[in-house]
Amino acid sequence: MTDTNIYLPHLMRIAKITEEAPAVKTFRLEFMDAAAAAAFSFETGQFGLYSAFGEGESTFCIASSPTRKGYIECTFREAGRVTAALADKEEGDVVGFRGPYGNRFPIEQWKGKNLVFIAGGIALPPLRSVIWNCLDLRDWFKDITIVYGARSVADLVYKDELKEWEARPDVNLVVTVDPGGDVPGWTGKVGFVPPVVEALNPSPDNTIALVCGPPIMIKLTLPVLAKLGFPPEAIFTTLENRMKCGLGKCGRCNTGSSYVCKDGPVYTLEQLNSLPAEY
Amino acid sequence: MDLREKSRQLLESGDVKAVIGYEQGTMGARRPAFVKKAEKADRLVFDEACAQNLATYLTRPEIRKLGRVAITARPDTLRAILQLMAERQVKEENVLALAGDGTVELASAQAIEEHLATSAKELPARDREILERLSKMDRAQRWAFWQGELSRCVKCYACRNSCPMCYCGHCTMDCNRPQWVPVASHALGNLEYHMVRAMHLAGRCVECGDCGRACPVGIPIHLLTFNCEESVHHQFGQRAGASSKLDYALSTFRPDDKETFIR
Amino acid sequence: MADNFFLPQASLDTLFAALAKDGRRILAPTDRDGRTELNPVDKPADVAKDYLQTILSAKEAAFPKVERLMSFTTGSKSVDLVDAEPHALPTVLFGVRPCEASGFRALDAVFNWDTRDRFFNARMEALAVIGVACTRKDDACFCTSVGGGPGSTAGSDILLTPVDGGFLAEVLTEKGKAMAALAPEAFKADPGLEKKVVDVPVAFDQPGLTRRLKDRFEDGIWVEQSLRCVGCGACAYVCPTCVCFDIVEESDAKGGHRLRTWDSCGGHMFTLHASGHNPRETQAQRWRQRVYHKFSYYPERYDMLGCVGCGKCTRACPVDMNLQEHLAEAAQA
Repeated sequence: MTDTNIYLPHLMRIAKITEEAPAVKTFRLEFMDAAAAAAFSFETGQFGLYSAFGEGESTFCIASSPTRKGYIECTFREAGRVTAALADKEEGDVVGFRGPYGNRFPIEQWKGKNLVFIAGGIALPPLRSVIWNCLDLRDWFKDITIVYGARSVADLVYKDELKEWEARPDVNLVVTVDPGGDVPGWTGKVGFVPPVVEALNPSPDNTIALVCGPPIMIKLTLPVLAKLGFPPEAIFTTLENRMKCGLGKCGRCNTGSSYVCKDGPVYTLEQLNSLPAEY
Repeated sequence: MDLREKSRQLLESGDVKAVIGYEQGTMGARRPAFVKKAEKADRLVFDEACAQNLATYLTRPEIRKLGRVAITARPDTLRAILQLMAERQVKEENVLALAGDGTVELASAQAIEEHLATSAKELPARDREILERLSKMDRAQRWAFWQGELSRCVKCYACRNSCPMCYCGHCTMDCNRPQWVPVASHALGNLEYHMVRAMHLAGRCVECGDCGRACPVGIPIHLLTFNCEESVHHQFGQRAGASSKLDYALSTFRPDDKETFIR
Repeated sequence: MADNFFLPQASLDTLFAALAKDGRRILAPTDRDGRTELNPVDKPADVAKDYLQTILSAKEAAFPKVERLMSFTTGSKSVDLVDAEPHALPTVLFGVRPCEASGFRALDAVFNWDTRDRFFNARMEALAVIGVACTRKDDACFCTSVGGGPGSTAGSDILLTPVDGGFLAEVLTEKGKAMAALAPEAFKADPGLEKKVVDVPVAFDQPGLTRRLKDRFEDGIWVEQSLRCVGCGACAYVCPTCVCFDIVEESDAKGGHRLRTWDSCGGHMFTLHASGHNPRETQAQRWRQRVYHKFSYYPERYDMLGCVGCGKCTRACPVDMNLQEHLAEAAQA
């Protein structure tokens, strides 16, 4: 039996680079190999390992929606060796991609429900994939609410898309920045995400909540959702444990016996409550 | 009074928050023990078989936050404590060394220095044997010897993690921006790792030999740092661990340095 | 069912010669510079005498400490990938102990669940194991506590048990039969030899331990046990079943290689995020991970243990983190 090399990435060309925020960029990537492009599909919530050849691989979610064919997008902040090398790339440069890996958001199970998206800072990208997926299937869902907070106005990512969502009558968008993060002319809210969610007071009836953000935001938002009456099985998040293989082998992403790269990255709060808090 | 009684008193009086010592381990070994309660002091032993340099633990976050601790100390441990004081990693008021049979209290750097003045350092027989062999080799033979030894390294970092002077929170070996040393344990990666480690310990190595003792594959890695230490002693006339007030020989400028390039 | 034979000591030469003639490399424990380590050997006389175990484990034969996963050349706006071929020489592992021979199964569980690891599989396909049962043990050994035994045949293609004048040879698998067929004259009819191995008493109740771990995660026992742990990777690197690895890149301006290397859950960098957040920040959390991975997560995910009781970690540990002792403690109420 001949096995293929599961560690070999696809080559992808950077079709477009968007500067989102200080040290945060979005790459639009297209497969260089037509056969690989034709064979590729993914679902919202899945992730990949992106190579800057010569430096290594880094793990990010696929930030675009599976409904948008022909490319994938990733959004990353320059934080380490690989992301620094990726940040140096220009349009037309070649990077590597392995994926899609991991589980997904079960959006078909949410038909007829309200959706509340709650995101903080650089954690909007995983939810952005779901948001566009759901907006492209808008008839499936009832009310769609998006709460997005960042440290400052400059740190808000997808600024054009925020305007687009704000303009849509079928989306309720609330953007907030941390106290002190506002600038003259800022017309959005000023305040941390958890109290903003509490003040918004979304109804838990027939509603799914999706929460992504820095650990402290998640930690403080979950009790708010519980207080509002959201049951743990209606709250979804994604984990971002460190990974090297994405294939359930390298051994570093586990939280308890659950491999974030295989059994996650998408978990309900109910599932997380049954796992050790090693994330 | 013996060590156990001494430890009980120290813990009961609140003089120290813990006694770092040795206990009976498995397969004839002695191993580090952390005694925080007086009634547990009976675990402690202190004899010739106690080999590890316990000063390694003084810079660990779990130990630092305890406050003042007592530590049973052989001469190597005492030297490490002084060197850690010289490098401002350990405060005099936070350490009580228990020397000799474990009942001799050395509460200050000065007391440790005076105690050390009475003890002579002697290399173990195995080290003397290897050094004897190395001394008879020419440069190419020595290179082959070390290549053979270092090829066995698996980069487990037992040498680094056992070393009382390797307390850096973020080691150069773990740095990847830039990646100074390859992560993988191949010939080049191993050689670079051990060269960097030996150089980083030149003038700081207290010659306890714990790195070599810790090596699971038996590389006499301590002889590299010993050798660097001897060079520093020869060139600068000082030994790591001799005093709590030593300057680090390789990063200290003196107007009367004998090398003209630096003046 | 195994076919049993008597393999006279002198016939080992015949067997080694036949294996070599068949183009196979023989890896066996050797005494080199005072250390018992696996090395290629030509003849039985090169094999270490009276060894208990090698320092490093037999996993090296299928999962080396460094291996290339791929290479690449980089140009302006272009990258060329070069797939890496597994470096799988036909190899006979001679003289490994039953504990280590059984360890390959735990590696296989990780490397081949869900997706198949070509590098591991190519080496395993090229590998045959002639184990030698134990007539000696030390205090670190606890194979019988984790489902193994000093005469266990699991993982060996042929298992040899020392008897007067040679070995009782149990030919266990197709690979074993193929090796025996290379030197049929070496394998004599079994005159009814008794398989006598060392007695390794059971040290703790493993099923009880695995059950006990379910509600022991937050227990202070992990902090207490790990206080002296210095956080090196010696235990993981000598372990025949520790499979966790790192993927690293080495390159220059024109290209480079992507390598897989051994890694250890004991180091603080293992789970450290680029943001500085670390899910397993303390040594106690990392020690607990090691125990749980082997005795709770492995049973849960793969229906087997991630430990074969060889005791290598205990022997390698610079501070006597004795696994058997700690497990026995954790198994108690």
